Amino acid sequence: MRFVDEFRDPEVITKAADEIRRLADSARHYRFMEVCGGHTHAIYRFGLKDVLPANIELVHGPGCPVCVLPMGRIDDGLAMAKDPNVVFTAFGDMMRVPGTQGSPLEHKARGMDVRIVYSPADALTIAEKNPDRHVMFFAIGFETTAPSTALVLMRAKAKGVRNFSVFCNHVTIIPGIRAILDSPDMRIDAFIGPGHVSTVIGCRPYEWIARTEKKPIVVSGFEPADILQAIVMLLRQLNNGEAKVENQYTRVVPWEGNRAALKAMSEVFELRPFFEWRGMGFISQSALRVRDSYAEWDAERRFAMPGLRVTDPKAAQCGEVLKGVLKPWQCKLFGTQCTPERPVGALMVSSEGSCAAYYNYEHRKHAVPA
Amino acid sequence: MCLAIPAKIVDVVPGDDQASALVDVVGVRRRVNTGLLLDDPPKPGDWVLVHVGFAMSKISEEQALDQIQTLNMMGEQQAALEEVSGYGVDEGET
Repeated sequence: MRFVDEFRDPEVITKAADEIRRLADSARHYRFMEVCGGHTHAIYRFGLKDVLPANIELVHGPGCPVCVLPMGRIDDGLAMAKDPNVVFTAFGDMMRVPGTQGSPLEHKARGMDVRIVYSPADALTIAEKNPDRHVMFFAIGFETTAPSTALVLMRAKAKGVRNFSVFCNHVTIIPGIRAILDSPDMRIDAFIGPGHVSTVIGCRPYEWIARTEKKPIVVSGFEPADILQAIVMLLRQLNNGEAKVENQYTRVVPWEGNRAALKAMSEVFELRPFFEWRGMGFISQSALRVRDSYAEWDAERRFAMPGLRVTDPKAAQCGEVLKGVLKPWQCKLFGTQCTPERPVGALMVSSEGSCAAYYNYEHRKHAVPA
Repeated sequence: MCLAIPAKIVDVVPGDDQASALVDVVGVRRRVNTGLLLDDPPKPGDWVLVHVGFAMSKISEEQALDQIQTLNMMGEQQAALEEVSGYGVDEGET
């Protein structure tokens, strides 16, 4: 275990690891999916795989917003920003994600006004400071981020800032989990539930996973001890033949979620009938769009959105990796044609993408120096 | 992007339409929006988790210090500081 010395309380880790070994039935193979990309990152960063017995397999889920965004949406966003009057703003994570004609950063190099913002509020500020320009914010993220975009749109409307729009690519986590469970080539025994998404939506939206699908789910924090504790809780449920929603991250996640955040989201957004997830296809009611009452701030309606659909390169197996069917290193392009420096797929771009996480923490460890 | 950064409320800033607060993240001070905590507004001295410039939830001081250490261990403290320093383009260039 590489990082044991850094842990605040190594004893807690050792204890949790012992408990996992005691609870896990050696005759059984367990597949637990961590839904959230933040967990994926933490699992690789801390080398938690080395702590777990070999019959507990962690499968990486679809909870990385940059990774599930289809390339066509990146192309759409960039196409709408071709007008030299438009300022294209997005989080730093988006900047290196490849579109058909290159990433936002490459478009910047060719003269497009592309700016990184760390908060959607700052995109609005840029609009207010540049009344003669139009500022488009490329919004991505699950329910963790959508309420912030909502508050910014409410502010734009209240202040009458008309040279600002949002290209909404917010997705919702529950339909993503449902798609995984409906996928015929997928067998998951239980879920490690996302931590920060749950601060907004709470724990109730997961109840169907336990009740209908009979799968345990434990909402977990991001420290090594949190993740191991969540695995202990999942094993206890499985051993008792139970399937319930449990909250390991009570210090941050309230069972009912954040009412003010949910209210802001429903004021500004409504569900799209369907939305394409990269590698997973169209999933019904899985994304948000801007309501009619905010149409003026909806980039899709202000600009002629081409509505591009791009087929991912055949050799790249992002979809299989995203669904957890393949491990990152089993993709034909992994580490050769697709690296964090020259990513082919989005899973290699975001630090929360399983390919980048695996590449940075596992692959480099095994790599023989040239 | 999915970072949640622990920040200490230094001052509550009366806003025009949405509440905001001055926070301190390991010495870096920036304004964050507190409109998502309307049901339980934070006071100076409280700790909050910040995501993309918005306070998401209140946490205890002990949890905040734990979280800071987690960011440290994950090698993400630099990214967190960079993100926080990036808030508020209005303070500098346009």
